Amino acid sequence: MAGTEGDQFLKQATGRNTRGMLRVIILCLIAGAAVSSRLFSVIRFESIIHEFDPWFNFRATKYLVQNGFYSFWDWFDDRTWHPLGRVTGGTLYPGLMVTSGVIYHLLRFLALPVDIRNICVLLAPGFSGLTALATYLLTSEMVTSPSAGLLAAAFMGITPGYISRSVAGSYDNEAIAIFLLVFTFFLWIKAVKNGSVFWGALTALFYGYMVSAWGGYVFITNLLPLHAFVLICMGRYSPRLYVSYTSWYALGTLASMQIPFVGFLPIRSSEHMSALGVFGLLQVVGFVEFVRTQLPSKQFQTLLRALVLIIFLVSFGGLVILTLSGVIAPWTGRFYSLWDTGYAKIHIPIIASVSEHQPTAWPAFFFDLSMMIWLFPAGVYLCFRSLTDEQVFIVIYSVLASYFAGVMVRLMLTLTPIVCVASAIAFSQILDTYLDAEMPKLEMKENGTSEPAKVAATAILPDGLRSTRSPLIGVYSYASKLTVVGASAVYLMLFVLHCTWVTSNAYSSPSVVLASRLPDGSQHIIDDYREAYYWLRQNTPDNAKIMSWWDYGYQIGGMADRPTLVDNNTWNNTHIATVGKAMSSREEVSYPIMRQHEVDYVLVVFGGLLGYSGDDINKFLWMVRIAEGIWPDEVKERDFFTARGEYRVDDEATLTMKNSLMYKMSYYNYNALFPAGQAQDRVRGARLPAEGPQLSTIEEAFTSENWIIRIYKVKDLDNFGRDHQSAGAFDKGHKKKRASKRKGARVLRVE
Amino acid sequence: MPPKSRHTQTSPPSSSTPARPAPSSSSSSKASSSSALDAQDIVLSVWNKYLEKTPQRVKLLDSFMGFLAVVGVLQFVYCCLVGNFPFNAFLSGFSATVGQFVLTASLRIQTNPENKAEFESISTERAFADFVFGSLLLHFFCVNFIN
Repeated sequence: MAGTEGDQFLKQATGRNTRGMLRVIILCLIAGAAVSSRLFSVIRFESIIHEFDPWFNFRATKYLVQNGFYSFWDWFDDRTWHPLGRVTGGTLYPGLMVTSGVIYHLLRFLALPVDIRNICVLLAPGFSGLTALATYLLTSEMVTSPSAGLLAAAFMGITPGYISRSVAGSYDNEAIAIFLLVFTFFLWIKAVKNGSVFWGALTALFYGYMVSAWGGYVFITNLLPLHAFVLICMGRYSPRLYVSYTSWYALGTLASMQIPFVGFLPIRSSEHMSALGVFGLLQVVGFVEFVRTQLPSKQFQTLLRALVLIIFLVSFGGLVILTLSGVIAPWTGRFYSLWDTGYAKIHIPIIASVSEHQPTAWPAFFFDLSMMIWLFPAGVYLCFRSLTDEQVFIVIYSVLASYFAGVMVRLMLTLTPIVCVASAIAFSQILDTYLDAEMPKLEMKENGTSEPAKVAATAILPDGLRSTRSPLIGVYSYASKLTVVGASAVYLMLFVLHCTWVTSNAYSSPSVVLASRLPDGSQHIIDDYREAYYWLRQNTPDNAKIMSWWDYGYQIGGMADRPTLVDNNTWNNTHIATVGKAMSSREEVSYPIMRQHEVDYVLVVFGGLLGYSGDDINKFLWMVRIAEGIWPDEVKERDFFTARGEYRVDDEATLTMKNSLMYKMSYYNYNALFPAGQAQDRVRGARLPAEGPQLSTIEEAFTSENWIIRIYKVKDLDNFGRDHQSAGAFDKGHKKKRASKRKGARVLRVE
Repeated sequence: MPPKSRHTQTSPPSSSTPARPAPSSSSSSKASSSSALDAQDIVLSVWNKYLEKTPQRVKLLDSFMGFLAVVGVLQFVYCCLVGNFPFNAFLSGFSATVGQFVLTASLRIQTNPENKAEFESISTERAFADFVFGSLLLHFFCVNFIN
């Protein structure tokens, strides 16, 4: 909003100083709005880390702050993936942790000792202010209009598409990555425009920072070469392009290889080959251009062009051969599933099981981008009108990012910056045209005058039309100006309202505490997660291993501070399948698995009492599928459905379902809460069987207040060497009945 | 930036040259031998022109680039012969030559008076300072990567 008000001032202000002053004030206001609109969750609840992934980042940051940089770099974490451990220093993007570590030490140096948790919580809002600034810089490079940059900054500051990943407390890689993405693009545009090694090297530096921060750097690695390639294909090769691209690639590739997690990937994997290919192509093109200037001969040109084509084809063919022969790694599943959208569901259920990896629905675009989604194509169209080198970049970026955002929900995040830029271009075009208070004179005959209205008008209207050649250009009545400007102002207001509403209602709820409303309107907070995690933290031995589904691995590691078997970093599919098998098998099968993995406690999430739908029974089928991928003979998805193909938990549930460890753990003793025979599962809407499941190899250790988290202790081996079933039967007094049966089949003692 | 005007100049077909067929149509052995002669002439003329017209400093830059290319090729050949066991060492050495080559080429392009129009914001001194900055970064990365 501040942007449009500033616009009106900018038109009137004449002095450069006034404008600069206004610009600074506006940008500060935008940054303030960007930061403060992200603080809903901190003000409503508390300053706490929200989702699953950020808990690991937080834990790693704490490790970095406590143990120093070098031990963080070589950190072997033996408290995750229990029997295996995780080489954390080599399997994470350290940019986020190092950034907040630097901020932590800087603040201490300034005698402001701030807790590392608060730095982590407030890092994303802080960087969103910087993102707004970077968007301003990027847009100012794109167009000459003075207002477009400020508008884009304002859009970027409050758009829900970006806020969704950067509210206070979401301490995820995207928190700083989007700033780095936009800033890298700004530097790249600057480099291409100036043809300067300095800007190219800065691009490489920030690209290296981006590589250290987020796996989405691959987007940059492919977008910049594509930009260069399209420029070459359009016949716009210039020495500036050579200088900027090669200095970026030579330095940036080396910079990216310094990150241990990336390592040799930039020369070994297919995702990075486009950058290398364009680098080679640019060398050839540059050399050919050089030779061409030496030789005026015309027939030589065709030869040279053929040479370029042949070399391009040969190198492309070589790339294909190298990929097929395995020297260069093919596309990884995560990236490949962006092209073949059905791939993940068939081959890698663990990728398809993440809810963020689903295709985006239309309402999501309107919800996240509001009015920008229909200004966006207009902005891209305007870029086509005056197609300069940097506007080609906008076009490419928007086409690519739109596709990716359509394929995957979480990639809406990379679409948002370009939507802001393009729609700000369109919007500022409208404002620049209609907000000019000066009336064009009717008898103006030529286009050469330097009046801003005229220049702006010629910019929007194409040459060659009769209306362009004839002198009647401009808006002549105050009424029409007022209407259009008024409508735009209303749209901007509505945009602010929409953004605030969406942020407040949809994106500002921590998933650790569940908020609900009591009938009288007061807030009721359900805090079962932390209750259970703190129970684990205080009532179990320090190295008790917790087995749970991988979603909760990071939170257990972060809040309960106990070793886990699997966690959200899904690098070992087999290990996850092992847990899935243990959860979905009979107790007799699961118990040996748990013994082999030294599991002490098993944690399940159960939302049946409260109607909390994200519980483990609803995720159960994914456990089954992932386990089935490894042991197709022992775990079968079909067995969990009734004969009619229904997934039920009530009386008609299949025997496999009823005997699975997950079912037993979830519904153990659940009947006791209700009058006899009336146990009800509020999520599945099912009435449970009258007799609850019996557990023999594990025992209930803790159940949280609303039964959301249930923790079971794995029993030790029986003292008399019996299996747990018979021991349980003995304790209940079934001994006599069994004893008569057991007469017959005895085996000879071997030892 | 408008497209270069050379696209419009590609019109004269190869038949307009009287004596020799076009070098691109090298189907018969006769044509290929004559085009080889042609190429030899072209290369010779380019070489002579280069010797005449290039300033001394640019020749210095060119010899440096030639040296870098030779070093790079030597490293690559050694890598092919012996194997790439410390792969990071090979990579950092090789990419040091490649990067330095590219930076030097950039300096050469930027200081070329013919490209004055493209780089109006960059003076020769600025180009050299940029070159130093880029090279320092490059060497820092390479030394860090070689372990």
